[in-house]
Amino acid sequence: MNRVAFAALLSYWRCHPVQLAALVVGLALATALWSGVQAINSEARASYAAAARAIGGDDRPTLFPIQGQSIPVETYVSLRRAGWLVSPVIEGRLEVGGERFRLIGVDLVTAPPPALDADALETDVDASDTLGTPGRLFAPRDLAGRLTQSDLPPVVVAPELPAGIVLADVGVVTRLLDREASLDRLIVLPDQPLGRPPLEEIAPELEQRAPGSQEEVARLTDSFHLNLTAFGFLSFAVGLFIVHGAIGLAFEERRSTFRTLRALGLPLKRLVSLLAVELFAFAILSGGLGMLLGSIIAAALLPDVAATLEGLYGATVDESLSLRPAWWAAGLAIAVVGTSLAGAGAMWKVANLPALAAAQPRAWARASERTLWLQAGAALALIAFSGALAIAGSGLVAGFTLLGSLLLACALLLPLWLSVCLHLGRQMASGPISEWFWADTLQQLPGLRLAMMALLLALATNIGVGTMVQSFRLTFTGWLDQRLAAELYVEAEDAQQAEDLVAWLQPRSEAVLPIWSSELRLFGAPARVYGVVDHQTYRENWPLLAFLPGVWDRVEAGEGVLINEQLSRRENLSPGDPIRIDLWETRVAGIYSDYGNPSGQVIVGINELTRFDNLDRRDFGIRTEAPAELERALREDFGLASDQIVDQDALKRMSQEIFERTFSVTAALSVLTLGIAAVAMLTSLLTLANLRLPQLAPVWALGLTRKRLGLLELARSLLLAVLTFAAAVPVGLLLAWVLLTVVNVEAFGWQLPMYVFPSDWLTLGALSLISVALAGLWPAIRIATRPAADLIKVFAHER
Amino acid sequence: MLLKIKDLWKSFDTGSEQIGVLKGVNLTLPSATTLALTGESGSGKTTLLHLVAALDDPDRGQILLDGKKITDSDDADRARFRREIVGIVFQQFNLIPSLDAGANIAFQARLAGQYDPERVEWLADRLDLTAHLEKYPEQLSGGQQQRVAIGRALAGQPRLVLADEPTGNLDEETSTRVLDLMLELVAETDSALLMVTHSRHLASRLARRIHLSQGRLSETGNAQAAE
Amino acid sequence: MNVRAIFALVCLLIFSPGSVGAQGFAGLGSETEGFALPEPNPEFIFPADHGAHPDFRIEWWYVTANLEGPDGEPYGIQWTLFRTAVRPDEAESWSSPQVWFAHAAATTRTGHYVTERYARGGIGQAGVTAAPFSAWIDEWEMSGESVASVRLTAGSSQFAYDLSLEAQGPIVFQGEGGYSVKSDEGQASYYYSQPHYSVAGTLTLPEEGEIAVTGSAWLDREWSSQPLSERQTGWDWFSLHFDSGEKMMGYLMRQTDALPYAVSTWIDREGVATLLPVGALSAEPVEHTSVAGRKVPTTWRLQLPERELDIEVAALNPFAWNDTTFAYWEGPVFADGSHAGRGYLEMTGYE
Repeated sequence: MNRVAFAALLSYWRCHPVQLAALVVGLALATALWSGVQAINSEARASYAAAARAIGGDDRPTLFPIQGQSIPVETYVSLRRAGWLVSPVIEGRLEVGGERFRLIGVDLVTAPPPALDADALETDVDASDTLGTPGRLFAPRDLAGRLTQSDLPPVVVAPELPAGIVLADVGVVTRLLDREASLDRLIVLPDQPLGRPPLEEIAPELEQRAPGSQEEVARLTDSFHLNLTAFGFLSFAVGLFIVHGAIGLAFEERRSTFRTLRALGLPLKRLVSLLAVELFAFAILSGGLGMLLGSIIAAALLPDVAATLEGLYGATVDESLSLRPAWWAAGLAIAVVGTSLAGAGAMWKVANLPALAAAQPRAWARASERTLWLQAGAALALIAFSGALAIAGSGLVAGFTLLGSLLLACALLLPLWLSVCLHLGRQMASGPISEWFWADTLQQLPGLRLAMMALLLALATNIGVGTMVQSFRLTFTGWLDQRLAAELYVEAEDAQQAEDLVAWLQPRSEAVLPIWSSELRLFGAPARVYGVVDHQTYRENWPLLAFLPGVWDRVEAGEGVLINEQLSRRENLSPGDPIRIDLWETRVAGIYSDYGNPSGQVIVGINELTRFDNLDRRDFGIRTEAPAELERALREDFGLASDQIVDQDALKRMSQEIFERTFSVTAALSVLTLGIAAVAMLTSLLTLANLRLPQLAPVWALGLTRKRLGLLELARSLLLAVLTFAAAVPVGLLLAWVLLTVVNVEAFGWQLPMYVFPSDWLTLGALSLISVALAGLWPAIRIATRPAADLIKVFAHER
Repeated sequence: MLLKIKDLWKSFDTGSEQIGVLKGVNLTLPSATTLALTGESGSGKTTLLHLVAALDDPDRGQILLDGKKITDSDDADRARFRREIVGIVFQQFNLIPSLDAGANIAFQARLAGQYDPERVEWLADRLDLTAHLEKYPEQLSGGQQQRVAIGRALAGQPRLVLADEPTGNLDEETSTRVLDLMLELVAETDSALLMVTHSRHLASRLARRIHLSQGRLSETGNAQAAE
Repeated sequence: MNVRAIFALVCLLIFSPGSVGAQGFAGLGSETEGFALPEPNPEFIFPADHGAHPDFRIEWWYVTANLEGPDGEPYGIQWTLFRTAVRPDEAESWSSPQVWFAHAAATTRTGHYVTERYARGGIGQAGVTAAPFSAWIDEWEMSGESVASVRLTAGSSQFAYDLSLEAQGPIVFQGEGGYSVKSDEGQASYYYSQPHYSVAGTLTLPEEGEIAVTGSAWLDREWSSQPLSERQTGWDWFSLHFDSGEKMMGYLMRQTDALPYAVSTWIDREGVATLLPVGALSAEPVEHTSVAGRKVPTTWRLQLPERELDIEVAALNPFAWNDTTFAYWEGPVFADGSHAGRGYLEMTGYE
């Protein structure tokens, strides 16, 4: 009985391939972007953890420098000599033939990683060859083949190494990276000896962190990943709109089949289970398809994400994707959950279907004022919730929840807005065709509601994100102009060269501005202190957001410091507030904007800089009238290497590049979301096409050509798109406002002024009209070219 | 002569074979006449009606309306013909669901540019629909819907009214009333009526009767033929 | 590939080539050419020769001590620093070809605690300086004004010791004036000892806690570049302090195709050493113990007719197995018979 009944249920799809396609495509797309984003996120997170695992230190505590970036080898040796069994790690990027790899150096003598055990390697290697010159590189199989460059050490395949990681002895890596003999961190080995002195006595400049916490970078990058997740979720929701529509229609159209099966003796429970099995099968099939799509999307976006994470947070992420079983399981699970969500209503209806209920084919399509008002009520509730959240909530998750509920509220209000517009249009219409057009569009609304809501979400997201990115770009460019006021920036090799450089530059330039700094911990987080000389360059250009009167005089006199916006927001500091930096008690004299940097920063008068240790006194900005000549002279006469000197334009260009890459992923995702919304529109129109026939056939019979009907259908889609777009502009601006004033502040610590770019909306409006036109074209052409016989059938069929 | 059909052939492709439905049909119909077209289920009555309504194309043969050939004309001409010359009443009513009863009745007349509010008002009154003009089709009973359909067909004063089993979906009492009304109105508006029905009883109410069988027409014309 | 294991094996090569087999080490063997080789009739220059000899492939500073607590309870400790070179030179920082490792152990009647350390040369994590004398790896140290007076420390998460060693007699040269032949094929090393240390200090054990200990210690210094003959499968090495004040060092190089190559040195009360002819010492296992899945002789009968020696040597703890990267038996022993005394026994190559 099951087989027969199942065959009867499935036969529907054979007759309605377009609906089948809508269901599969919708579910696949919903799964695709979501799982794509998840793949990117898990790849990045796995990369953070992989380094720890590769060196066998993932379950070990680790010593990090409290200040600065590196640990001198001498510190390592004094720890060992005090009975601290620790082992060094250094990390960097290896560039081979345009590809970049993570290169990790460990001490093969004190802590050989398990992945390099003799029986874990593909080939025998002589231990003595792994140290010194040339040494050996160890890489997983797929990487080994790509590490072919004559000046590299020979590569040994270590299949147990995590993807994307090249491992070698610390000495080999130090040489390859051309680094000074210094270390990034120290793994604390097990079985420490008795009577070991505390760390503060040996190396007070280091701190011990618990296992796993070396992924501090993972915490820093959380906001970025949350951002991606929000996008993934948005497109998942948009995709579910498609699925919901397709399932709803398929169930509605099969009501007579259900009734027949029930009448033939199929128990209701069995029918519902069979339908559940059917949906489950679709979910798995389409989910799998979506996962494949998602992996393609992820692979395409990952290099940009990796570049962003490295540029913004200094986190190294493997640029090639590896798909983990957990990812597949999660993706398929979300597909099943999504299908259940989208199909729950339809299933509920079936479960409550009386065996002999009268057919109500138009019930589903009937405009229901009640639904509109229910949606509006839900929207108002969501808006109230958002308001409460905006006042009471804090943190990034609250920010995104606020964003999500506002967007959802707007989407729920959309049908009401469209309905009001269409009613107005109908009242103003004259002539039978235009009256019918407005009335018919109004009647179409329930069927297209979800697709239009999806379109609204996609358009609003595009406008919102576009506004945010553009606002950021404008602010950032202006800020760069202020911040990078010096014409040339140089870095001396050492203190001696720095002195010579200043002496050489004094007579040849307008001003030499030291950019000296020291790294320290401020409010428990790494921060950097800069010292500046009193110079017009700063007084005229430095981008101050808020300040006390005579701010630069205060800084110069050592009576106050400047802090960056991040720090002021994080610690709730305003000008005039006291602040303690190391042992120095002083005051906040001003706050400046500091984009592209997640950490705190302080500017002090250069005379106060001596209060801090580990001064880096090698960097200078140079003011000059003739930067090109001076640059050449610095190179040719003074003998500065070309990588020690950079001009303002190049620095700005580099900064802009980092900026552009940071948002390229966001931009790509918003365009993809728009594409999915267009597909939602297409599938809705196509699934509606069969329902449309009985509505169009009489009009045709009464004297309209099919071509005219097709054009009207297209016009209807465009009308809805235009109305939706009109609604999307304010929603998008609202979204941008929330992004700029709530989410960005939580994620990065910056608040940006909002700029609007109406010309961008025109582009987007045109883009959306084109995509909707494309989506509407096929159904319109189908109607325009429909054989008369199909339409005639309407008059003969019992509906 | 209002309608002239010459040697009309039509067959349908079922996929495996061609089924000839009309095999050389000839018919003439003057103005202000009522004609019943009878025949068994599947004999091709509806097909013939659709051909006359310019909804479908014949394989061969000609249909002339008012001396103008409607076969072999383009889509636009045929659409104009449908809205200006013909009024159709379907068995399933086929009202426009998004328009109310009043708008449905006026729709074709307005399309044809022959909208006369007084006439619509008069028709509504005659059809007993005045109280229901602002209702939507799904809010109307079957009999009311069919009366709206008849009003729609007659509002533009078409030369030829085509009706396909117009009472087939109605109970006997309602169908008698609807038919009476239709015949009255056709007579009052000076139109010709071609009505497809399988009911000899209904057919007998019309002036002329023809029978479609084996793809050909035979004029029965009188009560004996209705036997 | 476990670098540590392989460096350890380089060392084991000298202990026991049979346990490694020829696989993988042909390459290393051919590199011997770059290393300096021991020559007969050596002239030692002190204190310089107490330091490292990086042009030799392998070298060690090997201390064993027989101790007793306030209650007369016997204990033993071992402190060994090994140096092995990938190439016969020294270089700065990470590029140093010198790799160091060390073993430390403490033995009681019922317990045996052992631990090991690894370090690379060039960065100061391990090394040896001659004057003032210091041999160290991590926090383990053997340091003092000179070799004659040193502080010896080592420990693990389970045990630790901190001992003062004072030499009560002169350095003793093994073999022919410090040139010690290991086989009749001519493999040899430079080898001298300081067997006259008196010891005082503390020993910390997991169950017993901190114990004040006194006793006597023996330092062996040995360096070479040559692997042992392929026919040799391991060795049994004895260092004995007799109650009479005399001392004896003897080893048997076990051979696959012949009787063991037996070498012994007799040291009289004044510290004068006499090299006895090859084969003079005979040693026969009396009792075996199953330890770490192997059968190891833990009671021996030693006979040296030239010195009218006929003793039974028995382990304080037969389970003194050093479960280090390369594993061997090393523990305190007691001698009974014609001469009573105590000492250390080391046995390698038991598979």
